[in-house]
Amino acid sequence: MPMYRYDAVDKTLVNERVAQFRDQTRRFLAGLLSEDEFRHLRLRNGLYVQRHAPMLRVAIPYGLLSSAQLRALGSIARRYDRGYGHFTTRQNIQFNWPKLEEVPDILAELAQVEMHAIQTSGNCIRNTTSDHLAGVTPEELEDPRPWCELIRQWSTFHPEFSYLPRKFKIAVTGAAQDRAASQVHDVGVHIVRGPAGDLGFEILAGGGLGRTPIIGQVVREFLPREHLLSYLEAVLRVYNLEGRRDNLTKARIKILVKSLGIQEFRRRVEAEWELIRDGGLWTEAQITRLRSFFDPPAYKSLANIEPAAGKSTAFRAWYRYNTVAHKVPGYRAVYVSLKKPDVAPGDITDTQMELLADLADRYSFGEVRVTHTQNLLLADVEQDKAFELWQALDAAGLATPNIGTLTDMICCPGLDFCSLANAGSIDVAKLINDRFDDYDYLYDLGELEIKMSGCMNACGHHHVGHIGILGVDKSGEEWYQITIGGAAGADASLGQVIGPSVAKFEVPETIARLLEVYVEQRRADERFIDTVRRLGVKPFKERVYAAPIAA
Amino acid sequence: MPRRLLRDGRIVDDDWSYAGEIENNTAAALILTLAQWQNERGAWLKRGGRLGIVLQPAHPVELMTPDISRFALIAADFSGPGEGRGYSQARVLREHWKFAGELRATGHVRRDQLFFMARCGFNSFELPDADIEAARAALSTFSWAYQPANDAGLLLKLQHR
Repeated sequence: MPMYRYDAVDKTLVNERVAQFRDQTRRFLAGLLSEDEFRHLRLRNGLYVQRHAPMLRVAIPYGLLSSAQLRALGSIARRYDRGYGHFTTRQNIQFNWPKLEEVPDILAELAQVEMHAIQTSGNCIRNTTSDHLAGVTPEELEDPRPWCELIRQWSTFHPEFSYLPRKFKIAVTGAAQDRAASQVHDVGVHIVRGPAGDLGFEILAGGGLGRTPIIGQVVREFLPREHLLSYLEAVLRVYNLEGRRDNLTKARIKILVKSLGIQEFRRRVEAEWELIRDGGLWTEAQITRLRSFFDPPAYKSLANIEPAAGKSTAFRAWYRYNTVAHKVPGYRAVYVSLKKPDVAPGDITDTQMELLADLADRYSFGEVRVTHTQNLLLADVEQDKAFELWQALDAAGLATPNIGTLTDMICCPGLDFCSLANAGSIDVAKLINDRFDDYDYLYDLGELEIKMSGCMNACGHHHVGHIGILGVDKSGEEWYQITIGGAAGADASLGQVIGPSVAKFEVPETIARLLEVYVEQRRADERFIDTVRRLGVKPFKERVYAAPIAA
Repeated sequence: MPRRLLRDGRIVDDDWSYAGEIENNTAAALILTLAQWQNERGAWLKRGGRLGIVLQPAHPVELMTPDISRFALIAADFSGPGEGRGYSQARVLREHWKFAGELRATGHVRRDQLFFMARCGFNSFELPDADIEAARAALSTFSWAYQPANDAGLLLKLQHR
């Protein structure tokens, strides 16, 4: 399968990291490291202390997993956790119940399958994320994954940028459609064609969600490809030196960009870059080597077929919603929905992971991808195998035909797990699923993104949901603020609050009323988000608050 | 008892004093705060002897670089385990200003950050006594590095280069 494979150097580094963290954990448990000192160290190894137990976030670089890695995650979930894991919007996986003293052992097991939890939390450069359709989508300028791997290596144990003012997230995309939410990242890297026709990068900075949601701004319209790392280094150096450290909520790069203004920020970055641009951070040989790992797999020579013909309605619906076009004739990219109505969005069990690993081996060159929307993807499925794959997925509860629809919600772990949350999100997802269980209605509504966060840290990206739901605490009660009009793709925008927040039981009816307005007002083929953009918030707001919602 | 330091990979007694540490500042080698330097520049120059200066995290290095040739030592202060500006200050001093003297990490300096500090160009470290022996080993925490930095003193190999 096309995937970066560790050489002796990568293996040595990850093993040395495990040894370092094992020693740090030992010193902490022996009382030789203070809570505060250990906090900085454990966070840089993905380890949070959460509501019930530590939470371990394992890196999945740009969402790419081999079947062997997925099997290992399943095995870890069973032996060290409670038999499941949770995929995040940044293509990582979280385990919610590991024991602190066992974490070094988990990391050692991960290292055996070329995985780690390095820099998955803490104020450092986090996992580089990307398009889950990289390399298979017909609309791509260039496969972003070799560049992601270049950034992964450069950012791993970066000596200068390991103690930043705040966390730092980079997303890279190479297609017209943005499936990585790159405009709400600290830095977004877009592969673009330059004035002379050569490929390079557009660089955005200062995007982010959280307490102050901001869409990233263009720092440089076209950066020649050989300068990617030196330019990132210049951005990070300016941020590291000048980003605020006196106030946690103002420490992200978006606040620096906003306070300096994009022009002054750009001037400082470019001035720094002039000094280092030819400093030898990059060689052509590096990217050539990395590209060689992403050569296409051994596709068969096939013709496109229509596998849904003559099959059951259930299969036809699944094929329509859960599979997308592939650039190679006869193939299809297949979503594995982790949005079954009675399961927390993004959750997967140990046995499902193991089954999927087997299915990946059988149907998709042994590869599984994690999507930003908390689903999985088998990227290279032969169209005439789609039916048997569907049968296997369906039997395992992994074929809910809802990709891109209302119930394909993005959702943070919320109050059930997270120590930051103000309110539950998983139980609200459940209420929404209970209310909207009619697939004909969901399909009629078309593309609809509901995104839900249990607090203003916005792990569930509520600002960029077509419908956003934010949990707020009102004198100890869980309430929800509703926004509409947000989007995370190439047409990124921030949602607007429709009015006063609503009680938990009112959330489904509130959504139902928003959708009523849409269904009444939409023009042919107009998506919900487009109707909101055309009409503004007013008619939606009026309908929601026109009459009280009965308990 | 003199302060002990890890310098160029060896544990040594500090031959520098901070201004005010010794009566009448009679030490041969004296580290000044930026304010001390700026306020009494002429007097310090007249005094003779080696001079060093300590930068706080919020100090842009440009506040002292016009005088950089006057200093044989520059120290960067780390205010706590999360403070990270010193790493960039060090690289800017070494790489943009070609500072070749002693670059010292002071304040909250522990073995767990030492490897990164060394890679950024620090060559001396004021560590708690409990950490100073172990810190020497921390200089070889990792055998390889993915990115070039300023590692003159480390036996590090760069990958893919």
